[in-house]
Amino acid sequence: MKKLLKYLRKYRIESVLAPLFKMLEAVFELTVPLVVASMIDNGIGNGGNAGHIVKCFTIMIILGIVGLIASCTAQFFAAKAATGFSKELRSDLFRHILDLNFRSIDNAGTATLITRMTADVNTVQNGVNMFLRLFLRSPFIVAGAMVMAFFIDFKSALIFVAVIAVLSATVAFIMASNIPLLKKVQSKLDEVLNLTRETLQGVRVIRAFAYEDRQYDEFKKSNDELSSMQQRAGRISGLLNPLTYVIINLAIAVLIMTGSDRAYNGILTTGQVVALYNYMSQILLELIKFAGLIITINKALASANRISEVFDYEAGMEMIPDPAKLEKGTGASIEFKNVSMAYYEGSDEALSGISFSIEAGQTLGIIGGTGSGKTTLISLIPRFYDVTSGEVLINGRNVKEYDVDSLRSDTAVVMQKAALFSGTIRDNLLWGNEEATDEELLFAAETAVAGDVINAKGGLDGIVEAGGKNLSGGQRQRLTIARALVRTPGILILDDASSALDYVTDLKLRTNIKELSYNPTVVIVSQRTASVQHADKILVLDDGEAAGFGTHEELLSSCSVYKEIYDSQFKKEVG
Amino acid sequence: MALETGGFVPKGNLDTDSSALGRSGQREIIKKVLQSLRKYRLLIFISLILATVSVVFTLLVPIKIGDAIDHLGEGPMSFELNGLNRNLVLAALFAIAVGLSQWVMNLINNRITYLTVRDLRNRTIGKIHKLPLKYIDSHSHGDIVSRVIADADQFADGLLMGFTQAFTGILTIIGTLFFMLRLNAVITLVVVIVTPLSLFVAKYISSKTYDMFRLQGRERGEQTALIEEMISNEKAVKAFGREQAVMERFDEINGRLRESSLKAIFFSSLTNPCTRFVNAVCYALVALSGSFYVLYKGSNELLGGITVGTLTVFLSYANQYTKPFNEISSVISELQNAIACAARVFEVMEEEPELSDENSTVLGDVNGCVELKNVDFSYNKDIELIKDLNLSVEPGKRVAIVGPTGCGKTTIINLLMRFYDVDGGSVCVEGSDIRTLTRKSLRESYGMVLQDTWLKKGTIRDNIRIADMDASDEEVIRAAKATHAHSFIRRLKDGYDTVVGEDLGGLSQGQRQLLCISRIMLGIPPMLILDEATSSIDTRTELKIQDAFATMMKGRTSFIVAHRLSTIQNADVILVMKNGHIIEQGDHATLLSKKGFYFELYNSQFQST
Repeated sequence: MKKLLKYLRKYRIESVLAPLFKMLEAVFELTVPLVVASMIDNGIGNGGNAGHIVKCFTIMIILGIVGLIASCTAQFFAAKAATGFSKELRSDLFRHILDLNFRSIDNAGTATLITRMTADVNTVQNGVNMFLRLFLRSPFIVAGAMVMAFFIDFKSALIFVAVIAVLSATVAFIMASNIPLLKKVQSKLDEVLNLTRETLQGVRVIRAFAYEDRQYDEFKKSNDELSSMQQRAGRISGLLNPLTYVIINLAIAVLIMTGSDRAYNGILTTGQVVALYNYMSQILLELIKFAGLIITINKALASANRISEVFDYEAGMEMIPDPAKLEKGTGASIEFKNVSMAYYEGSDEALSGISFSIEAGQTLGIIGGTGSGKTTLISLIPRFYDVTSGEVLINGRNVKEYDVDSLRSDTAVVMQKAALFSGTIRDNLLWGNEEATDEELLFAAETAVAGDVINAKGGLDGIVEAGGKNLSGGQRQRLTIARALVRTPGILILDDASSALDYVTDLKLRTNIKELSYNPTVVIVSQRTASVQHADKILVLDDGEAAGFGTHEELLSSCSVYKEIYDSQFKKEVG
Repeated sequence: MALETGGFVPKGNLDTDSSALGRSGQREIIKKVLQSLRKYRLLIFISLILATVSVVFTLLVPIKIGDAIDHLGEGPMSFELNGLNRNLVLAALFAIAVGLSQWVMNLINNRITYLTVRDLRNRTIGKIHKLPLKYIDSHSHGDIVSRVIADADQFADGLLMGFTQAFTGILTIIGTLFFMLRLNAVITLVVVIVTPLSLFVAKYISSKTYDMFRLQGRERGEQTALIEEMISNEKAVKAFGREQAVMERFDEINGRLRESSLKAIFFSSLTNPCTRFVNAVCYALVALSGSFYVLYKGSNELLGGITVGTLTVFLSYANQYTKPFNEISSVISELQNAIACAARVFEVMEEEPELSDENSTVLGDVNGCVELKNVDFSYNKDIELIKDLNLSVEPGKRVAIVGPTGCGKTTIINLLMRFYDVDGGSVCVEGSDIRTLTRKSLRESYGMVLQDTWLKKGTIRDNIRIADMDASDEEVIRAAKATHAHSFIRRLKDGYDTVVGEDLGGLSQGQRQLLCISRIMLGIPPMLILDEATSSIDTRTELKIQDAFATMMKGRTSFIVAHRLSTIQNADVILVMKNGHIIEQGDHATLLSKKGFYFELYNSQFQST
């Protein structure tokens, strides 16, 4: 929470004024019982004085109006501070998330980041708002009521001290035993939610194996548990109101009993006893509000901690001062020198000791089984990750010496997961290069064999739904390839990007890329031998290590892993 | 728990337009809600009695305290049951009665609420298992989940609020009126005229802020959509160096959101100060009129006067009287929201389930004879998909289905498994139309592996045993060995007890696929459906499990969908599909010699650039 307080600093004045005005209102509220006491003692008592009664009434109305103004002012400052706080926080948090390096993104997971950014920020905003409005007010009224009691009568005030102690202990006890229960309920609810989602996602498998009954039983078990946990939590929190009510009323009985004695002895007037009674009632109302507030604050604190964790994730890449710029234009050469890379410190290496080089404008094929390190390897070229040891060189210079933006703007990666965004097709293609003309966009699309996709959607203004939901897998892939080509990159990396394309289209795509005038260096990652066999060089990966490097013919004769892969796909057909 | 929310976050979904339900619709829903509550009617009855007890005693406590105040200073402190003490003891006893009845009522209401929501959830999920796949495929899963979880919750919350507050609220209003009238009619009139003002103030503010909240909700939605889209594709954002552009869009929305939520929060938070002010005015008026009564009419109640004690009773009532009004007004919106939520849950529950197959035949000995006769099918009536499809498969044959994406390959599987029913024609197994067979027996005679590798949350062992919950550990291991999954499972930290799930366990796509194949290895059914079953498995591993596949398919009718032509060329029949039609049919050699679409498809993988 501490870390997040700095976002309130900009609203320092509002954050001080809001509780201040709230307290001002409380002061007026605390004065009312005194006015009533005076009304009873001096207006009705002592033979009566109608003028005094009217005067007291007028004072009460004025107190009400001033209280209203003070409290509205407080609400305004609180709302201003809370919304301003969350605006700054959201903006900074989102910027930080966008700056996270790939390693942090992997660690955090997107679902977590999204929840932090939305639900958690809202909870904190709610907490800040409530805190500013109420957190000081309730204790202030409780304490104020006690102070007022001391003003009226010292001995009677001692009853207040005792009652406040007992009530605070009661509220604290109920809260303390309830909060952990509420946490458990929340995690059980998550479990029920996940089971529901799982049931929907796996509906085909569940039905295919006639597993419905068991899946239902599992849900029912979790749901029943949730229900009994909720009841258990409710049993404790349901005590709060009745218990505080009883305590306060017992205290009022004692207060009036002793007050009567002191009235008999002429120490207290009737009006003063009534005032004490009123103060006691006020304490009850405030304490109950306060208990509710504690829950809100608690939730906000938990959210604040989760947000702080995100701020702790490492952002950005280490940069050398005065980095070089990678010039755009034609293909760039790539060289790996004894590169090793592990995703986490101490974890197994995803790549170890990889060395190879490819000249500008050539095509490199990378092939290997699942989990052999293909994607890891290509992620090192635009410096999505840093190597653990060894060097990655582009045009003879270590990638760490380049300005990251210039490096990434000359490399275009088409990822396995085809990420498209809601908007028009043009919006999506412009991601490659904001300044591209429609002709350039269409040319890139033709190259990516995506011309028919654009036509099918009604031109560049065709609508793409979030995630490209309204497109088929193959259409999505071709559009993402077109988007990459819009950059006219020096290095084009296709990470299994044509898996959803049939062989005819795949072939056409490769031919088109080969004919590009700016002659980019192309890296093709694939599981299909057919997609890489015509590359200038092929790198064979096996379990993070290079099992072979060379042309198709060389590898067939020298690399057993490559031969195995090739045979598994072709042998029977040829033979 | 009473908490000053100050209208900060209006509970419930503002976009659920309950008025869209229509009055008769609402009445229908209420009827159904009452029906689902029927089994708790005894508890509800007790709860209502306790509420009455608690309200009556709550109102009596200030009266007894007022009476005690009238005996103030009559004598020194004593523990005898004099006028003062008798009233105080009664007040204390009444307070304890209130506390007890409230507590028990809370327990009962809790129980009713949570049991109702539990029943509702169980019934909904039970229903989902009976719904046709068409419903599940065509509705957003997020939406169904939020009906089962959030709407059910909202419904229960609204119900609980409705119970406790509407009833006690009305009772308190009536009770207070009754007691006040007995004490003094004129002062009662002051309270009765002034208090409802707070209700109007609250109503006025909430109607004025409704649009502000709508706007805030819309802008928040816009921002959430952007956040979700960008964070889920963050790697693409970074690869294209779009951080700055995204940030600009975000900040623009963020600025607007700030403005709209400031307005919504501020104006709605005026409710509390304003109603408090009305309350204060009422309080002052009661004090004024009461004081004059005491002053001019004296304390003899028989002569129309009141005592100071009675004045304190009025003051305390005036303080509490606004509460039930405010509560009832919030209960009304809460209940409306609850009804809207209930409607959403009931909507799922009232969907037409799959036709019952209680009287259908159980599919017995299966040889694997499958026939599709003149099958017509489409997901959407406007878009024709499969038209007059005919296919006859003899027992033990291997059928491969190839073709470009979206040509209807997976649809055929949907029809074979009877996930969907045909629109025209019929699908027959062993000569009987599958619509005359029980779904369970039909589906159990197929072993199915899909491209989508669904694992349920649970151990690897349990995931494999989905196919046969009675399988022993040895059988599970044997199945995993057959697919070569055993070697990677063994290397996991907890072996077969490793917990996996949609995003758990850190398994690769290929490993997940191996587990899915292991499932059907447990007890291989007479027919197989493999929809891109090995698409994520690398070809070397695939080669290793070829033997297992060969044994598996031996003598079994199998349907195979695959991209890799190597996996399908040994098929007895290859169906080449395009746009929902089978355009070519035959074995590998025949199809190649035809030099048609298949030929083109096949050769493209050898062509050089």
